[in-house]
Amino acid sequence: MAVLVYAESLTGSIKKAAIEAVTYGNLTAQSLGTECIALTIGTAEGAASLGQYGAAKVYNVAASDDFDAQVYAQIISEAATQVGADVVVFAHSSSGKSLAGRVAVRTKAGLVSSVISVPEGDQFTVKKGVFSGKGFASYEITADKKVLTIAGNTFPPQVVAQDVAVEALNINVPTSKVKVLSKSTVDGVVPLPEAELVVSAGRGMKGPENWGIIEEMAGILGATTACSRPVADVHWRPHHEHVGQTGVAIRPTLYIAVGISGAIQHLAGVNQSKVIVVINKDPEAPFFKAADYGVVGDLFDVVPRLNQALKKFKESQN
Amino acid sequence: MKLLVCVSQTPDTTTKIKFANGDTEFDTNGVQFIMNPYDEWYALVRALELKEQVGGTVTLFHVGPKANETVIRKGLAIGADNAVRVDAEATSAMFTAAQIASYAQSEGYDMVFLGKETIDYNGSEVAAMTAEMLDMPFISYATKMDVNGTTATINRDIEGGMETLEVDAPFVLSCAKGMAEQRIPNMRGIMMAKRKPINVIPAVESADLVKVTKYEYPAAKSGVKLIDPENMEELVNLLHNEAKVI
Ligand SMILES: Cc1cc2nc3c(=O)[nH]c(=O)nc-3n(C[C@H](O)[C@H](O)[C@H](O)COP(=O)(O)OP(=O)(O)OC[C@H]3O[C@@H](n4cnc5c(N)ncnc54)[C@H](O)[C@@H]3O)c2cc1C
Ligand SMILES: Nc1ncnc2c1ncn2[C@@H]1O[C@H](COP(=O)(O)O)[C@@H](O)[C@H]1O
Repeated sequence: MAVLVYAESLTGSIKKAAIEAVTYGNLTAQSLGTECIALTIGTAEGAASLGQYGAAKVYNVAASDDFDAQVYAQIISEAATQVGADVVVFAHSSSGKSLAGRVAVRTKAGLVSSVISVPEGDQFTVKKGVFSGKGFASYEITADKKVLTIAGNTFPPQVVAQDVAVEALNINVPTSKVKVLSKSTVDGVVPLPEAELVVSAGRGMKGPENWGIIEEMAGILGATTACSRPVADVHWRPHHEHVGQTGVAIRPTLYIAVGISGAIQHLAGVNQSKVIVVINKDPEAPFFKAADYGVVGDLFDVVPRLNQALKKFKESQN
Repeated sequence: MKLLVCVSQTPDTTTKIKFANGDTEFDTNGVQFIMNPYDEWYALVRALELKEQVGGTVTLFHVGPKANETVIRKGLAIGADNAVRVDAEATSAMFTAAQIASYAQSEGYDMVFLGKETIDYNGSEVAAMTAEMLDMPFISYATKMDVNGTTATINRDIEGGMETLEVDAPFVLSCAKGMAEQRIPNMRGIMMAKRKPINVIPAVESADLVKVTKYEYPAAKSGVKLIDPENMEELVNLLHNEAKVI
């Protein structure tokens, strides 16, 4: 019995999603009275640091860095058998989601995805958000083996131990049927699903030429920018910024919504944010009902003023 | 090409969600169901475009009771050639995947299209499971696909970026925004859909392995605190000292 965490390294190094998964794996291992083991595949700079977040062992399997769900799932399932893991944990990320279902089938495990709680009770009960944030469901996993994916920004990493030496794990790697031609990631920006601070704007901005004040705010805060769907649809902003039911679903600690009305389909992707600030000139805008802090005013006055105040605050912090 | 498109149904996002039986069940009374947007807008339309380009058939596949045929008819009206319905409640992702895999295996499809996720439980589970059961490559979160012969070149979403890859049919694909543009069924499509066959088949056996034991409503927000638009220092102060998020 052990908890195995797949610590992804999409761009060759261990990132936040993997550290959060290990943090969760460690909490789960503690509650089950067993140990948490991290598994990396291919290049994984910083893998030793997973020890700090509670991995008792860190393994690496030498394989291509080109992600192929079929190949990686086989490696992870085999690793689970070798280390005697009954629980396999993934980040609820692009790769985690692509693998979890495959590993669940291979290992005959029960799968629950986007989990927000540590397993409880003899029945291994975990909780997740459902119906676009309008409810939560508790799941019991009735199979002996369990596979979980962990919602982002939910289990803040804590240093509980030290680096551990990365050991090689010997596994036969099957040939991939997929050929990766290219991979591109936006450098220097925290991807939206991982971002803790998000500044988002909508149609109230009137046009793409006005986004300078939004980017300025994001710059001051070190936040990632997002937008409502109509704004992405008319190409004012890139598609990957679109949040909501049909876009990216996020759970940042702070979501600042500027000139967004707060339609239910928009809220579906952002209502799990810890704190929501809404800036809108219409006091009747539905978004205020979902907000923690609200400013009723013209964004073209309010945002520059807020940027000034944020700048002053940041300077006083240094 | 033989193309299979798996479609699920989901409550319309604007529906009020209620739980019943001591909060152990989702109360479907009065709930308006729609075809899952990722299946309708992206998976189905891309499959239809491909058929228009290279020929072949587009078959819809749905696991669910007869009442769900409204959703299947809509897919037929948009342009699918025929449909298969497994006459059973889709009780879990594992069960659903087993139905898709069993049927796809017996019929031999070149590509199996699914949506990125169903927007009720946001599981994103069925597609990967289906691919594993079929022992096929799985391309998730596809945003663009070009097909040349039996080789597909696909863009897919990865965290904070994009990947381009090449894969030969057969494979399983989950579709995200960008794959295609939504099509609205026209009158002719709706008329023709009435005559298209829906083949009803029994379920193959499969265990669920997970079950929902309880639902809860989210805690109500305590209400918005309004801040004077002239006083943004106050907002910054609250975010720092009260909410502790900056
Ligand atoms: C099936 C379906 C799926 C959808 N999925 C999504 C989704 O994933 N994400 C999404 O965002 N939407 C989605 N939508 C669309 C959604 O219903 C709304 O239409 C959309 O979110 C509105 O965008 P908006 O708030 O930017 O624009 P609007 O609704 O036009 O709101 C603009 C707001 O800006 C305010 N404003 C205007 N000028 C100013 C000013 N000078 N200062 C301050 N405030 C100002 C206005 O008061 C208004 O509240 C979906 C719709 C459907 C039917
Ligand atoms: N009952 C069902 N019948 C057919 N296909 C389904 C069903 N449920 C889910 N799917 C497919 O699986 C995809 C992912 O669903 P999920 O894993 O539930 O998020 C959906 O977009 C559909 O393509």
